[in-house]
Amino acid sequence: MATTTTLAKADESVEYAARLEHVSKSFATPGGQQLVLDDITLDVAPGEFVTLLGASGCGKSTLLNLVAGLDRPTTGSIATDGRPALMFQEHALFPWLTAGKNIELALKLRGVAKNDRRDKAEQLLELVRLKGAYDKRVHELSGGMRQRAALARALAQESRLLLMDEPFSALDAITRDVLHDELTRIWQETGVSVLFVTHNVREAVRLAQRVILLSSRPGRIAREWEVGIPQPRRIEDAPVAELSLEITDVLRGEIRRHGQH
Amino acid sequence: MASTETTPAKDAGSVEAGLDALETTATSRPTFRQTFTSKILPPIIALAVVLVAWTLLVPVVDDPSKLPSPTAVGDAFKDAWLKGDLLGYIWTSVSRGLLGFLFALAIGTPLGLLVARVKFVRAAIGPILSGLQSLPSVAWVPPAVIWLGLNNSMMYAVILLGAVPSIANGLVSGVDQVPPLFLRAGRTMGATGVKGIWHVVLPAAMPGYVAGLKQGWAFSWRSLMAAEIIASFPDLGVGLGQLLENARTASDMAMVFEAIILILFVGIAIDLLIFSPLERWVLRSRGLLVKS
Repeated sequence: MATTTTLAKADESVEYAARLEHVSKSFATPGGQQLVLDDITLDVAPGEFVTLLGASGCGKSTLLNLVAGLDRPTTGSIATDGRPALMFQEHALFPWLTAGKNIELALKLRGVAKNDRRDKAEQLLELVRLKGAYDKRVHELSGGMRQRAALARALAQESRLLLMDEPFSALDAITRDVLHDELTRIWQETGVSVLFVTHNVREAVRLAQRVILLSSRPGRIAREWEVGIPQPRRIEDAPVAELSLEITDVLRGEIRRHGQH
Repeated sequence: MASTETTPAKDAGSVEAGLDALETTATSRPTFRQTFTSKILPPIIALAVVLVAWTLLVPVVDDPSKLPSPTAVGDAFKDAWLKGDLLGYIWTSVSRGLLGFLFALAIGTPLGLLVARVKFVRAAIGPILSGLQSLPSVAWVPPAVIWLGLNNSMMYAVILLGAVPSIANGLVSGVDQVPPLFLRAGRTMGATGVKGIWHVVLPAAMPGYVAGLKQGWAFSWRSLMAAEIIASFPDLGVGLGQLLENARTASDMAMVFEAIILILFVGIAIDLLIFSPLERWVLRSRGLLVKS
């Protein structure tokens, strides 16, 4: 397992941001062991944007927890290039701190010197276009602003890999659309690798270079698509819609199998 | 393919600024006039009603040894003030109460944290701790007198036994209510172990903790008054409890009223000056205080 986050960006010795090999996870339930993830093998290349797509019960969130190191796989191995940053469906900003101090806490825990934190936090807020929100309390921010502040906090960890667990699913459609543009811009500017979990097919196609479809119960990799459509994309673009249709059909086929037992 | 002229990335910034402006509303603080009519005026009216009822009741009872007139009680205050004793009574009790409360804070906080975070400790003493809250702390006065004698340590012991369970329990319930999401977020940022407790668990548990402090103060004050009334001893200095007990022995009803009013007044004043502002600040900074 690659352990340090201090590796230079051009370091050739780490050719992945995350590497999952034959990862399985089962949980003990009253009815015995339940297999949630089955034999997942997957690489996320440095700088790559991958979305994991699946219906309920595909173990998407479980998989992210495993990669984030919040839980251990039952079998198989997971290696990441440093500790990944994780962003949740809810913003998870700490309400007892201002937006700026939330970011500074992440910097502090990473070991950034006290004098540099304020400047760094302001820069990150500017990156997510929240200039001037440093002193704002979390409850004073709108839903979209909270998610951007949470993104800034995740970026403050300077991880090589950013894990995102349906981060935009609680937002209204207009805000979500704008945040897709922002995420794409920030991903391109920072060169961070992203593993993005969603159940929204169009969102997956709009954002990713590679879409991985998981089947449900247990979660297995069902299919993979390379998305060759050049950025900037829009969710309304015809090629995005076309590929979404194709993926939706496969997804529906996967879901249909569960009704036939 | 690209159906619009502006690029999405360029466009996003301005759209975003518009969205931000639409979705945030400015909140303003209430004016003094609003605060006065909604917060200050009602208790003043209530107080006036009580005074009027009291004055009307005095000729009906017609026995100053049972119900002294408001003016007689006022005179008792004036006497104590002119003799220079009034502040002394208050200070003796308040200094005891606050010092005892600080001891209780120093013991109750780590104890609460231990009960909240260590399963074995919780199973072992959790139920006792919450049970102790319902034990009136007056019950501790006789054993405390026997163990420690008639001195200040006895008073502090009684305060501790009254306040520590409240403070510890407040912290435990505060920690229990910390959303698991915050703990996960903290862990992914590297806040584990002591760092996790300091940066995530304790601040997240603040609302419950402050509620516990508030209750802890009420219990401290009550226990202290019980201790002062039961174990009055001239060498200890005259606090408000002793004042009440002295008045009873002297059958001076006006002084009894004076002592009761002072005990009530100090309890409320400390709460209004220290604990209520603290609680409001904690809740408001988290957006938990909804203005009605």
